[in-house]
Formats: sequence, C-alpha cells, structure tokens
Amino acid sequence: MSQNPVIRDIEKSFRRDNIPEFRSGDSVRVHTLIKEGDKERVQIFEGVVIGQHRGGARATFTVRKISYGVGVERIFPLHTSRIEKIEIVQKGRVRRSRLNYLRDLKGRAARIKGQKTIVDAGATQPDAVAAPAAVAT
Amino acid sequence: MSSFKMGLLGRKLGMTQVFHEDGTALGCTALAIGPCVVTGQRTKEKHGYAAVQLGFEERNLRALRRPQAGYFKKAGIEKAPAVLREIRLDEKDAAGQYEVGKVLKAEEIFKMGDVVDVVGVTKGKGYQGVMKRHRMAGDSATHGTHEFFRHGGSIGCRLTPGRVHKGKRMSGLMGNVKNTSSDLVVVKILEDKGVVLVKGAVPGPANGLVLLKGSTKDVKKYIVPRPLKEAESKNPMKASKKGQTQK
Repeated sequence: MSQNPVIRDIEKSFRRDNIPEFRSGDSVRVHTLIKEGDKERVQIFEGVVIGQHRGGARATFTVRKISYGVGVERIFPLHTSRIEKIEIVQKGRVRRSRLNYLRDLKGRAARIKGQKTIVDAGATQPDAVAAPAAVAT
Repeated sequence: MSSFKMGLLGRKLGMTQVFHEDGTALGCTALAIGPCVVTGQRTKEKHGYAAVQLGFEERNLRALRRPQAGYFKKAGIEKAPAVLREIRLDEKDAAGQYEVGKVLKAEEIFKMGDVVDVVGVTKGKGYQGVMKRHRMAGDSATHGTHEFFRHGGSIGCRLTPGRVHKGKRMSGLMGNVKNTSSDLVVVKILEDKGVVLVKGAVPGPANGLVLLKGSTKDVKKYIVPRPLKEAESKNPMKASKKGQTQK
C-alpha cells in the first residue's frame, strides 16, 4: 500500500530503533510497564510469538503463553514505550508466519523446535553477549 | 446560541496512529489544511448574513473563465483558487479579522487541543440494499425463509392509508453526501507542512476535500490517554490476596 509521505514521516517519528529482530515461532520475554496504584513496575510476559502485524510505527505482535493451564494471548504494539525491552529466549524453527494452529495444540505437541539463544533488547547487549564468548576462547 | 467559528479548507491525507507519552496509541486522521486566501466577504447589510469566502489551492489558468478572472482581479488575488467556500462567522469577526487577500494558515486558526468539526463528502457506495443503507435486520436465514433474506419487510398497510408513507426507508444510492464528524480534537499541528492531526475518523476518501472548523457545540474535550488497566494478580487462586503488597 502506498503511503502518503507526510504520514510516513509522522509514523517514522514514533518508531523505536532499539527493538531486536524476532520472528514468528520465537520465544520472547516482553518487559512491560504495568501500572499498579500510582506506582509503575515491570511485568514480564513470556511466550511464543504467533504472529506479527507489520506496518511501520503501527506494527504489533502477538505473544501466546499458557498461564496456569489457560492459553493467554497478548497483542503488543511494537513501538510503544510501555514495552521496556524485548528479550529473545529461543529462536524457533517454523514454516509459516501465523502460528494460529498452536491454539489447537496442547502440551508437548505445542512445542516449537529451535535453538536457545538469549538476545537482549538493549543496544549495548550484543557486546555483552560477545564478551563471554571471547573469554571462552 | 452558539457563535460561528472560523474554519479552513484542506484535504484528507489518511489515517495514522500516534503514541501518547505513556505509550498508549491513539488513532487519528492527518489533514493537509490550508493555506487559504480570503477572496470575499459577506456582510449583514449587503447580503443579509456575515461570512468570509475562502479560496483553496490553485486553478489552472486555462480553466479559469473570464468572469471569474475578473472577480479575482477585483479582489486583488493573483493566483486564482480552485475551490471557493463560504464560512459563516459572527459579524464582528467577519469584518474585522479577515480582510480580502489575507492568506491563512492552519496554525493561525487552530491549536493543539481545539475541539473541531470536520465536514467532508462521504465515499460513494452506489446502489445499496436496506440492510447496508439503513441497517435493517433482513429476514431470518432459516425457518423456511426463501428469496427474502435481505429484504426490508412490509412497506405499509392496506386501504388505510392506501399509499406508502413519505420517507419510507428503502434501497437506493448510498454515500457521496455531505457529512460532518463533530467534536474531534486537534492532536497535533505540524506547522512546516500545514498538517493537522485530529483524533478519530473523518468523512471522505484520502485526498478528499474537507473543511476543518471550530466545533459548533460548546463542548470541552481533551486528549486524555486511556486509563491503563491496573495489573491483576497473575494467579487466579491468589485473587483473595489482592491489594496486599506483592513481593
């Protein structure tokens, strides 16, 4: 869809650039700011990304998790400041972009194969990951 | 009686989304407003009402007819505008503030937080049935219904009154009519681009002509971020512990 250049500029100004790349099937920890009374604290929502809705600053992504036996899905605006950071726990190997089939699966069947990697959202984090590797060698 | 408020002409650019400071999103429409030139005035003495006539955009000189060219020449306007609209105003405003030839920009008339109306022409929908056009319910899909699913039902009685009432809602042309979105709020003004962001939707297609003007109603509205939902306990079994401090 072609977009008006003025609107593109407006949306550009709301984009965050410190968001890690992740795809459907990845397991993520979303650090969200939660309001509790008059205080704010960080709550972590950990689950599998089952879909992304691209669209510049309007992009959203859906995270699914099983909480106390109940499936919970949450749609986050990707560029909102209410998300403190997004950690990628595991890169998943999936063959489609929308994992709606996970809703019908339970337990072991609902797992996604992939390798464990912990990537942080912060811009400084890639160095932090690289540093221990250097020590190991 | 509410007083008339100034407005400006513009074009709808399309819808977008902005984030509040607290990170919640707000859907809004971007409008390219102005610059508009005052091309004429209507006065109580001469015309019976007070208004200013605004011109917007430029007209191809070849498409300009001689009488119109003369009209703009008399008003001292070099570039003939393509669109002319009158904005009704209170007498004192019309005469004093907006003399002929004055060029008006969006930021001179509007500011953040203003409550505004947006007038436009809705998208044409063509010839539509009663379900879409008048939100009638249609008939049931089952229970033996046939060939009557999207009908509007009976349109009247029998000998009395012996005719269909005037204004009976039926199928017909829908859309492409003037419509006003009232009481929207100005979210932001980008002065360098002459763009105004208003909260919510606005009639018409992208690139459609719109008139942005101060709200005719005297309502006060603010752009308030939607109150965030308070966190609830994660564990439904611990619901009784609500209100207690969490570790």
